[in-house]
This record gives sequence, C-alpha cells and structure tokens, in this order.
Amino acid sequence: MSPPSSARAETAFVDFKPPYTDAQALAEANRCLYCSDAPCITACPTRIDIPEFIRKIATDNVKGSARTIFAANILGMSCARVCPVEVLCVGSCVYNEMGVPPIQIGKLQRYSTDAAYAAGWRYFEPGPDTGKRVALIGAGPASLACAHELRRAGHAVTILEKRAVIGGLNTTGVAPYKMKADRAYDEAEWVLAIGGVEVKHGVEVGKDVAFADLERDYDAVFVGFGLGPDGWLHAAGEDLDGVIGAVDYIEQFKLGEVDLSGVEQALVIGGGNTAIDAVRELVGLGVPDVTMVYRGTEAGMSGYAHEWKAAKVESVRAAWQTQPIGFVGEGAVSGVRCVRLDDKKQPIDGSEHTLDAELVLLAIGQGKLGALVAELDGVTIEHGRVIVDADGFTGRPGYYAGGDAANGGKEVVNAAAEGKAAAIAIDRWLAEGHTLRSEGERNV
Amino acid sequence: MSDAASTQRVLPDLSTDCAGIRSPNPFWLASAPPANSGEQIMRAFDAGWGGAVWKTLGQPIQNVSSRFGAVNYRGTRAIGFNNIELITDRSLDVNFREIYEVKKRYPDHAVIVSLMVETREEWKEIIQRSVDAGADGLELNFGCPHGMCERGMGSAVGQEPKVNERITSWAKEFSPIPVLVKLTPNVGDIVPHGLAAQRGGADGVSLINTIKSIIGVDLDRMVPEPRVGSLSTNGGYCGAAVKPIALHMTAALARDHEFDIPISGIGGVADWRDAVEFMLLGASSVQVCTAVMLYGYRIVEDMIEGLSEYMARHGFATLDQLVGKAVPQYSEWGDLDLNYETVARIDEDKCIGCQLCVTACHDGAHQCIHPTGDGRVPVIDEGECVGCNLCQIVCPVADCISMIEVDNGFAPATWNEHVTEGAALRPKKGVH
Repeated sequence: MSPPSSARAETAFVDFKPPYTDAQALAEANRCLYCSDAPCITACPTRIDIPEFIRKIATDNVKGSARTIFAANILGMSCARVCPVEVLCVGSCVYNEMGVPPIQIGKLQRYSTDAAYAAGWRYFEPGPDTGKRVALIGAGPASLACAHELRRAGHAVTILEKRAVIGGLNTTGVAPYKMKADRAYDEAEWVLAIGGVEVKHGVEVGKDVAFADLERDYDAVFVGFGLGPDGWLHAAGEDLDGVIGAVDYIEQFKLGEVDLSGVEQALVIGGGNTAIDAVRELVGLGVPDVTMVYRGTEAGMSGYAHEWKAAKVESVRAAWQTQPIGFVGEGAVSGVRCVRLDDKKQPIDGSEHTLDAELVLLAIGQGKLGALVAELDGVTIEHGRVIVDADGFTGRPGYYAGGDAANGGKEVVNAAAEGKAAAIAIDRWLAEGHTLRSEGERNV
Repeated sequence: MSDAASTQRVLPDLSTDCAGIRSPNPFWLASAPPANSGEQIMRAFDAGWGGAVWKTLGQPIQNVSSRFGAVNYRGTRAIGFNNIELITDRSLDVNFREIYEVKKRYPDHAVIVSLMVETREEWKEIIQRSVDAGADGLELNFGCPHGMCERGMGSAVGQEPKVNERITSWAKEFSPIPVLVKLTPNVGDIVPHGLAAQRGGADGVSLINTIKSIIGVDLDRMVPEPRVGSLSTNGGYCGAAVKPIALHMTAALARDHEFDIPISGIGGVADWRDAVEFMLLGASSVQVCTAVMLYGYRIVEDMIEGLSEYMARHGFATLDQLVGKAVPQYSEWGDLDLNYETVARIDEDKCIGCQLCVTACHDGAHQCIHPTGDGRVPVIDEGECVGCNLCQIVCPVADCISMIEVDNGFAPATWNEHVTEGAALRPKKGVH
C-alpha cells in the first residue's frame, strides 16, 4: 500500500466545512449543554460520548477528548468529516428544540481527532497474543474497525483486499470537499499502526482464494467486501463514450486526473447521495452546466435534503420526474432521451425529449456482492445483502459480516460500528474455544 | 396637547444624595484605574456617570507589572477579577490640580477623593488639600487588602475597629465635607466595622473593597497569577463573582438596628439590575470599577436607562423610595416558614430534553426527577421533591421549570416558633 498520488483532480476542492481554529472550537465547545444521557450519543451508531469529548475540548484536555472519540470509534477522524451529522448527532442536539443553532459536533470531533493525528497521540495497544487468526475480506471502514478491535483482543488479523488501495469508499468514494483520499490513507495507516495486521492486496476471495482455504488457515472470517460496481440502466446507447458509472468516475478523479475538456453540460442520473455528491463534484471540477435527472420528486429523493440544498447553492439544477430511456451520440454521448413521469411514475405520453450532455454519470445504485458468499451453508442473502444479527453474525459459525456488504450501503459510521461489534462477537466466540479450523489442524 | 405629549410619562428623578454628597444619578466610578486621572473622569462624566471616587491619594507608590488576573468560566471572560495594583502613582500636585479642573468644569457631578495616609498630620494635610481642590466628599480607604496593608494602611485599618474609629474621627475633625469610610470585606462580620466608622463620625460607608485572593496558578510555571517575574502575591478580588458577598454585607449593615448612616454599594455592579439590588438592600449610591475596566464608561447609558425604567415600572419617583425596600425581607433563618412548600414542575412544551435536571437531582439533590423511558421529558416525583431549586437552576430553558406552591394544610411555623411554642411542622420530604 502506498500513499495516493499527488496528481489527483480532487485536490482542486476545498473543505465545505473548514476546520475550526482553536478559538472557534473553544467557543463552540463551551456552548454545549453537557446533556445527561444525551440524544446526540443515541443518534451516533458508534455511541461516541459526545458531551464528554466536547467538555474535554473546553477544559483544554484535547488529548483526552480524542481518546473519548477513538474509544468508541477508531475511525473518528474520517467520520468527523464524512458523517451526515445533520441527520445524526447534530440533528438530535437539544438546541434544535430551543431554536438555537445546534452544536457543530462534526467540526469539534474533527478538531480533536486532527489534533491527535498531528501530535501523534496513540491510545491503544494490541492485546496479548491469543494465537488466533482472523481473515477480513475487504479493506474498507468495516474491516479497519474490525481489525483494530480484534488486535486489541490479541488476535492476528489478515485483510484480503482485491485492490491496490486501502480504506474502501473512504479512500475512493468520499466527496473531496469532505475528505480527500490522502486523509483516508492516513487513517488506515494510523489504525493499522496498532500492528499485527497483514494486508494482502490483489487477493479476491472466490477467485484467488477459496473459502475452504480460509477455513483451513483462519479461526474466523469477517465479510466486509462492501458493494459492487455501479448499476446500469440497460438502455440503448449506454455503451457510448462519456456514459460512466458515478462511483467509478468519482474514484477516477479522487485517485487520478480526469479529462473534462469539451464537457459543457453533464447529467447525473439518480436521486440518492451518490448522485448529489456527483453533481456537486462535477461543478467543483469546472463543468459549467450540471443537472441531476431523477425519476421522482424533490421531496421523494433519497439523498439528504441538506446535501441537495448545498448542491442548489452551487448552481446545480435538477430535472425531476424524468426517466432516461436512451443515450444518443456518434461514438461519444451527446444527449439523453428522456420521458417525463407522472406522480405514479408512469410515462407521460408525448413527453419525450432530449437533454444535451457530453458526460453522463449513472448514480442509480451499486450492485450487491452477496453472491460471493451465497455458496456457504448457513449464510442468508437477501437482495444481495448478507443477513446478519446485531453482532454481525451471519448464521454460519465463524462467519461475521458488516458494513455495506451487510447493511446494503450506509454511512462510514455504520461500517465502523458494525465492524467493531463483529470483532467483539468474534472475540467472544473464539474465547469460547470455537474455530473454523478443523480439529487436526488447529495448532498448525 | 397632543396625545403623545399627554401620555408622556414623567421620568423618575435619579438625583442622588448619599451621605450629603449629591450627584445627578447614583452611578459613581469606584476608586480604581478608571478614576485615575482628570482626563478619564471628565470623559466618564460626559458618558453619563454621576460621580467618581478618585483613585486613592497618598504617598505616590511604584507599581509592579503585571497587575491584574481574571477568572474565566466556560468561555465567559473575567467573571471574577483581581489586582495587585496600589494607590496612585502620580504626584499629589498633579492629582489635586486635576481635581480642581474637573470640579470647575463639572460642578454638578460628585468628585469624592479617596485617601490613604498614615499619621494624623498627614491626614490633616491631605484632607485640607482635597477640600481646597473642590472635592465634594472624602472616602477613607480602609480596605485595600494587598501591599498597603503591609505598611499599616488599607485593610490593616479596616480590620481593627478602634483604629478605624480613631482615624475616622481625625478625618471628621479636619473635614468640612462629607466623609465616607470604605470598608474591607476581609473580616468575619462587617457590622462592628461599620459601627466603628459611625462612632468615628463618618457620614456614610462604602463597601465592599476587594477580597483577599489568589486568582489562579500558572499550571506550567507553577506560579500564582498575576505573575511578577518568578513570583506573585495575593491580590484583591472583585467583579461579577463577588456581588453576592457585597450584597450580604450591604444588607447586614442596612438592617442593623444601631447602624444608621448611608451606604454606597460596591462589588460586582455591572448593569442596572445589579445596581437596583444594592439599592433595594440599602445602598443609596453604587460604585463601579471592574465592569468599566472590562467594557468602558459607555455601560452607564444602559444603567441609567434600566434604572429609570425599573423605577417607572414600580412607581418610584425618587431613589429614596426604592433604597432599602428589600431590607425588611432579609430575615434570620429561624424566622423562615418551615411549612412553606414548593415542588418543581416541568413545562413539557418548553422542555428540550437535555435532562440536566435528572442528573442534577440524582447526583446533587434528592433523586426525585426521573427519565420516563418514553420521550425525553423527565417526570418529577412531587411526593419526594423538596423544592430545592437545583433543577430550575441547571435548566437551560427560561421558565421551563417552575417552583409551584403546595397547600399542605399546615399553618405557617418557623423554627423559632417550633422551638419556643411547639408549632407543628410538616413531615420532612426527600429523606431516604
């Protein structure tokens, strides 16, 4: 694993929420009411003791503040940047009930965690070696959180990652005005500095290594392989140049350069958070005219309202209740044939029209990878997701899962919570004397 | 007469007479850095201040650097303040010339000269010069708790009633103008010291001077603050945080049956509400230093306006109608009605669900406010609630928690009545 190249188109972006200065952090920290059994904690999937970490900023105990954050969520640095705080902790701040601006918890969390990274503060030691080995499939946030917690328990960890990069969508998919790839890389390094984690790149489970191999070599398996490639409309002309999956395209400009010469108009198909990220990113990359094409209404979109509001401020437009039916162009795309939909999402007769575009990103959802584990007895797959209980247990002894592979595509903070919960459950299972390895090979 | 003119209210009269010292309003600068020079005091009068107590004159001293320290609390700066500065460091000639100039230009404003010297002869001379310069009154600085007291002056005088009385009597002997004695709070009971000044013939007292204090310690250098090189010393504490102490001492004198001279209230006055509190507890003028040091002379505009509005709201035409109004309600604990009962009540519509009251009651009071597990609004077990107010104090929402009077069927009964007459007391609450 090597740091991301410096030649990345994403470096053109500035932080949408700039970091706090000391004075700003102190002023905001002092506003916190320090609620009892605070709603912001309940709203956080990793249950960070938010009032406590904020109080520690106010008392000039920033090192302790970051400890409080990391003790609950080892990915607290990236979560501070990428969490949709507006609908989680900040959205539940009691100040909202009072008509007073809520505490900017994400910015305060960034303040403390950035300080910890800058100072090189470390908080966690690996546990005494248990001799157990756990394989983690995928090197995204769920696996990083799982790996760290397993190391604290003393288990050896191997992460199997098919790609050259580490950090999953935190590295390849986060909107660069929230966090850039180098920061996700920093986090992966920081987390894995606990030691005892082997990362094997270029290994695809099911292709390069079979589950039988894992069950021979490891005591438990964590499935954290995330989501699959961008979904496609399967409409005519989709193979034209300039029609690209949004997740794929975002990765291109996050990890390298993209050529937008000649692109005056771009369309993003979809109404979820990836679509909103994509339109804001295209504007940021300099595309003059960016439109989101969504088959539902503004009120019905699945993307966060606060994100769409920001996109509108950045001059993004939308074509609501509009369904693409085909792509036109000579070799390269020049437009998208669309129909208007009525309130029941039925095409309106005679509403066919063409939206001009030299670039079209498809953000209609990513494929699910559940099929990769479908062959395993005891594992249940629904709509491509691996079904798990609250501990991340799949139903097949020794197999746990978390992150997008299990939740179908949620936030980094969900992956962090699920990865950690699974690690705790794996540790408990191993402590009870269980293992995936057959009896005769246990001591190999 | 137009409607507007006919409904025009007559503004209350703020003119002040405190111990025979007259001023257009009761707001005086206290003897301190804001009243250090003629130029400053004239600007203060222009801003609206009614009087000023000139920074203490005596043998000019040499000050240290630094001189001030502050207590900051949760982002609010200087809720408490202290200083290790001494009396004037300017020559007496300059000071008296400036006093003369100020009085010539502002004949209606009060200029009170604060004095601190040692011998009878020195008192005689400096009082004579003050009177000659045109001062409206004198204030004897028997209060300074740092530096000067070690030289036998300031609080060294104020803490010894006999010395206080003797020097006060000298001053009265030499002074044809009113004499105020400024008292130190660094005593167990303020009353004997106020009475000593009264016996010495003082026309009034001013209180409190600053409280002996160490404002803080530099955690890395391990030196108290304010730091003078590698050392520090105790200073005088003042500012908003000391107001409760000053209010008590003011009221203690005001309600004393022997004490009957006017009071100029000092200690944490920062706005009109503070001033009204001092006046309700017996002060006929108030003196301000720290708030002016922090925010400037301009704060007096709000003080004048706020006091006027308050007086109009309560139908007070003149200050003497207001001064001392709360003194009769300051009683001994033993005369409080033990059967008076209140319980806390939460306004569910106003509650924001912070549950600070839950923790405060559980950890700091009587464990009678509980989360319901159903929504964020806690419930109060009124059968256990002792009516202590802690929940209301921690609640961040105005008027969300109220203390509701409970009719428990018991006739009023004080501890004294219980002890002497066997008056029946209601059952105790919150006793687990």
